[in-house]
Amino acid sequence: MNTSVRHIEADVVIVGAGPAGLAAARAATQSRSVLLLDDNPAAGGQIWRGASERALQSLTRRRETGPLASPRIQRMFGVRIFAGDAARRALRAETATGALQIRYRDLVLATGARELFLPVPGWTLPNVMGAGGLQAMVKGGLPIAGKRIVVAGSGPLLLAVADVLRSKGAKVVAIAEQAPARAVNAFAWSLLQHPAKLLQAAALRTMQWGIPYWTDAWPVACIGNQQLERVMVMRKGRRVELECDYLACGFGLVPNTELAQQMGCAMQGDFVKVNDAQLTSQPHVYCAGEVTGIGGVQKSLDEGGVAGSVLGAAPVTALAALQRSRARWRRFEASLNHAFALRPELSTLADDETIVCRCEDVTWGRIRAHSHWLEAKLHTRCGMGPCQGRICGAALGVMRGKTGWQVESIREPVFPVRAETLAALGARREENS
Amino acid sequence: MSVSASLSVSVGGSNLRVPAGTTVATAVAMAGSPAMRTSVSGERRGALCGMGICFECRVTINGQPHQRSCQTVCAEGMEIETT
Ligand SMILES: Cc1cc2nc3c(=O)[nH]c(=O)nc-3n(C[C@H](O)[C@H](O)[C@H](O)COP(=O)(O)OP(=O)(O)OC[C@H]3O[C@@H](n4cnc5c(N)ncnc54)[C@H](O)[C@@H]3O)c2cc1C
Repeated sequence: MNTSVRHIEADVVIVGAGPAGLAAARAATQSRSVLLLDDNPAAGGQIWRGASERALQSLTRRRETGPLASPRIQRMFGVRIFAGDAARRALRAETATGALQIRYRDLVLATGARELFLPVPGWTLPNVMGAGGLQAMVKGGLPIAGKRIVVAGSGPLLLAVADVLRSKGAKVVAIAEQAPARAVNAFAWSLLQHPAKLLQAAALRTMQWGIPYWTDAWPVACIGNQQLERVMVMRKGRRVELECDYLACGFGLVPNTELAQQMGCAMQGDFVKVNDAQLTSQPHVYCAGEVTGIGGVQKSLDEGGVAGSVLGAAPVTALAALQRSRARWRRFEASLNHAFALRPELSTLADDETIVCRCEDVTWGRIRAHSHWLEAKLHTRCGMGPCQGRICGAALGVMRGKTGWQVESIREPVFPVRAETLAALGARREENS
Repeated sequence: MSVSASLSVSVGGSNLRVPAGTTVATAVAMAGSPAMRTSVSGERRGALCGMGICFECRVTINGQPHQRSCQTVCAEGMEIETT
């Protein structure tokens, strides 16, 4: 197949149409024109995901994301950015049918986060899914009325997910939160200082509906024949077996920093490092939202707002207000991470037969023999499949500790792309250089 | 549901009507089995992340293999094959 390359010259390019990207777009359009790109079929990111225009319409009613229909915003969906070049101010992307070469004046990376999955025996059975993952499927139309669902893992997302599942008619058997009761209670108190209203409402409703919320509890095995039938949960030192149709399980969020890293942006721990204006170490490259720290939707909105206001040359007072709000949500982030820190038992859930790398089917028994990621990769092919280690790399960071088990330097393409795309864009790149 | 709000796709050769906006991953699950593909060691796998990262939900769409079903919205007449 012959892939055509489309060339686009844009002013402000925003990668990611979640809360951070949308807030950045709105603020920047005060004086700039914006090209908003997302891999998803529609705007909204993770929290406001919805494959339909309906979701978009309710979105545009929100204050922060304002006039999405502005003629200054051009939107493109189903576009996956797989490489960027900060020196040339260029991005390369793939769509279902073609390839794109995009030039920008300024770039905002608002690429969000994914869930952290930890391998337990049986976790590769169909119907074992991420917590946000199952929620995304439900938002994509999956009927779950009457289904029995165990929600497990860690963090406030579990409450939000249980609330959505229940509202669609599912029977949420239990929420198994790995954190101890005292940490969760302390976090609940801190919510009084950082009133995350959506979260409080979801927590309240799950309580009102009598959904059991277990602390000190986590899944230790998934059991089933062709698909999931039962989940074994360790609860306060005892094993409890729960019959269910789905396990919705996520142990927190992992930032999607690959594109920023490939473009040479400096990191601070697991996250992209930014200054007060959300600017990264690379000129003209800004980052906003979960890529700079996991702090919930308000932090993402504020950071997007700051980046967009800087680019759109907003009045100083407006910018300062956003920065103050951002500081508040960053403190919320700190209390969140403290409360839902992962317990050491979670690093030993897999047995030797448990598949860790789901792309190449590499078991823990085979990976365990190696002393660092690169060696394991060379000998077992773990992390060499299409997800490029996004799932197993993050899991191994918990199972083996970060030192030596971080995915090594990120090179393009940061997502697998069709050979034709690389050929079409690659040839052009050599022409230019 | 009105005709305009639903469309018809085929999953493994059998026809299915789904509401507009349904993802391919959901259509496959609605067709009866949560499994989308066979892994390199022969396990049946279904969707995991639901957001285009894990590549577990790859299917063949209109003859094009390795499409992420969770990131693709159903279109009228789409032919979907699990693998
Ligand atoms: C699966 C999941 C479900 C969640 N559900 C909830 C919820 O119900 N309630 C809640 O309060 N919080 C939820 N969260 C937390 C949520 O991430 C934040 O509240 C909020 O959505 C973060 O906004 P963001 O803009 O920073 O990132 P995101 O919303 O994650 O947006 C990032 C966007 O960037 C796009 N993207 C990333 N990389 C590329 C690329 N290379 N090319 C093109 N596009 C790209 C993604 O498709 C995505 O749309 C969820 C998180 C996850 C992972």
